[in-house]
Amino acid sequence: MSTYSASKTVALPQSVEEGAAFAGRPLSLPTSLLAGGTGVFASLAWACFGLSCLLWEDLGDWSRTHALAIAAFIIAGGIIAATAGGKWLGRFGAGLQLRTPWLLALGLFLTLWEVATAKFAWLPLPFFPPPQAIIEVYTDDLPKLLDSVFASIKLQLGGYAIGAAAGFLTGVSIGWSRSVGYWVHPVLRFIGPLPATAWLPFAFFTFPSSWSASTFLIALATGFPVTVLTWSGVASVSNAYYDVARTLGARPSFLVLKVAIPAALPHVFVGLFMGLGSSFAVLVVAEMIGVKAGLGWYLQWAQGWAAYSNMYAALIVMSLLCSGAITLLFRTRDRLLVWQKGVVKW
Amino acid sequence: MDIEAVSHAFDIDGVILPVLDDISFSVKPGEFVALLGPSGCGKSTLLRLVAGLEPPRSGNLREDGNPIAGPFPSRVVVFQDPTLFPWRTVWDNVALGLEAQGILKSQRHRVDAAIDLVGLSTFRNAYPHQLSGGMAQRVALARALVNDPRILILDEPLGKLDSLTRITMQAEIASLWQRSGFTTLLVTHDVEEAVFLANRVIVFSDRPARIKADIAVDRPYPRHRGDPILAELRRNILGLLGLDETW
Repeated sequence: MSTYSASKTVALPQSVEEGAAFAGRPLSLPTSLLAGGTGVFASLAWACFGLSCLLWEDLGDWSRTHALAIAAFIIAGGIIAATAGGKWLGRFGAGLQLRTPWLLALGLFLTLWEVATAKFAWLPLPFFPPPQAIIEVYTDDLPKLLDSVFASIKLQLGGYAIGAAAGFLTGVSIGWSRSVGYWVHPVLRFIGPLPATAWLPFAFFTFPSSWSASTFLIALATGFPVTVLTWSGVASVSNAYYDVARTLGARPSFLVLKVAIPAALPHVFVGLFMGLGSSFAVLVVAEMIGVKAGLGWYLQWAQGWAAYSNMYAALIVMSLLCSGAITLLFRTRDRLLVWQKGVVKW
Repeated sequence: MDIEAVSHAFDIDGVILPVLDDISFSVKPGEFVALLGPSGCGKSTLLRLVAGLEPPRSGNLREDGNPIAGPFPSRVVVFQDPTLFPWRTVWDNVALGLEAQGILKSQRHRVDAAIDLVGLSTFRNAYPHQLSGGMAQRVALARALVNDPRILILDEPLGKLDSLTRITMQAEIASLWQRSGFTTLLVTHDVEEAVFLANRVIVFSDRPARIKADIAVDRPYPRHRGDPILAELRRNILGLLGLDETW
C-alpha cells in the first residue's frame, strides 16, 4: 500500500522550456533561440506551403487555391508570433511549443502533397486530389455533408446505446444467476461471434425500415463484447467483497447493485470500448447498403460519381467523429473510475 | 454466545479435510476472548462459522440462545485484509453497513463519529489506494464499529502490518473495547498479542483443531507489556504449543 500522496501527480518537464519554467528561471537568450528554432522552421514550412500554392499554375480546376494560400500564410504568421511571444501566452504558448515539430512535419507534408498533385501531377490526378479540392468540398458541399454527419451520429448513438444497455444487463444476469447463465450462455457462444455484417440481408428483409435494420445491426455488434466483458467482470468479483457486505447486513439486491456492478466496471469499460470499435465498422457497411443519408452512404455516393475529393473529405470527418467518440468514452471512464488509473491507454 | 460440539470439514476435490473437531465453549457478554493457535489450524474457519458465513457440518452455534443461521450486523467481522471497496471513499466505506441496512440517511453522524474514533477525519474523502496499510485497517475497524455490534470478530486484523504499527493498533483496540464494552473474539497467532489484549485465551491444537487450554488472564487494564505475570503466561502458552525452547 502506498502512503497517502497528493491526488495530482507532479508532471515531469518535457522540454527545455518546460524545464526552465519548472525551475522558475527566465530563459536566457541563446536557449530561447534554440527552443524557438523548431517554431521558426515550422513557420517557414507553412509559408512554403502557401508559396507552393501560388508559384505554379494549377493543373486542374480548383477555386480555393488562393484562399488556401492565404490561410497557410496566416498560420505561418501565427506560429512565428506564438514562438516569439511564447512567454506571454502561458500554457497555450507552452503547448504550442511542444507541438512545433509536428507543425513542421505537417507543413512539409502539405507542401509535398500540393506540389505532387496540383502542380506536377506526380500522383494520378482524379484519385489523389490536392488540399484545395478537399477544402472546396467543405466550403461548397457543407449542407449535404453535415446532413450525413448528423444522420450517422443519430444512427450510431441509438444503436450503441441499445446494444450497450442490452449487453450490460445480459452480462450482469449471466454473471449473477446460474439459471439465466444456463439458458443464455449457449446462445451467446453460438450467435455472438457471428459478425454483425453477416446479418445484413436478414436484417434488411426482417425490419420495416432501413433505419431500424441498421440500428439492430449496430446494437448486435456492440452487444456481444459488452456482454462477454460485463459477465467476466461480475464473475471475477472477489468473494471477500461479498463476505464483507454480507456480514454488514446486505441483501442480495445490494450485493448486485452496490458490490458486483461497481467492482465489474473496469471490465465493462473495456467491453464498451470494443463494442464502440466494432459498431463503427457495422455503421459504415449498413449505411452503404440501406439508408438515404449518412457518412457511409456519402462515401458510396462519392465513389459512384468518382468524386474522390468528397470521399477523402468524408473520411477525414469520419475519423474525427470516431476519435471523438472514443475520447468521450475514455473521459467518462476516467470520471467514473477515478479510483483506478486506466489499464487501457487512449 | 455458545458454541456446542461444532465440527467442520472441507471438501477439496473429493477429499474430506477435517478442520474443527468437537469445539465447545461459551462466551459471556463483554468478554475479550483470544483464539490462539498455529497457522492453518482452523481458527479462521471457526470465525467464519460464528459470523454466519457458512453453516457447520455438525454442532450448533448460538447467539443469546438463538441459532446463528446467517450473517448479521450484530456480529461484525474485521478480516486480515482490510478489503475496502476501492471505488468508495473512506467515508463511503465506513458508511457501508448503514447503507446496506437502509438506515444511512438518519444516521450519518454515526459515520463521522466512527471515523473520528479511529483518528482518520482528515482522510474522509481519500480513496483506499491512497492509504497506508495501517490506515486501511483502521478504516476497516471503523467500518465494523459504526454498526454498534454486539460481537466484534477480529480475524488476525494486525497480521499484515509492521510491528510498530501493530503495537499502536493493539493499544487502540484495547482502549476501544474498554470504552464500548462489546464482546470481542480475536483470532491471532501472536501469543504476546493474545495475552496483552484478552482476558481469556483459548489455545487450539494443530489441524483438526481441538481446544488445548482455556486460560483466564486476570490483569487489569491498561496493561503493561513488561508485566512479569504476562510474561509467565506467555511462557506457559508457548510451552503448550511446544515452542518454549528458545525462552
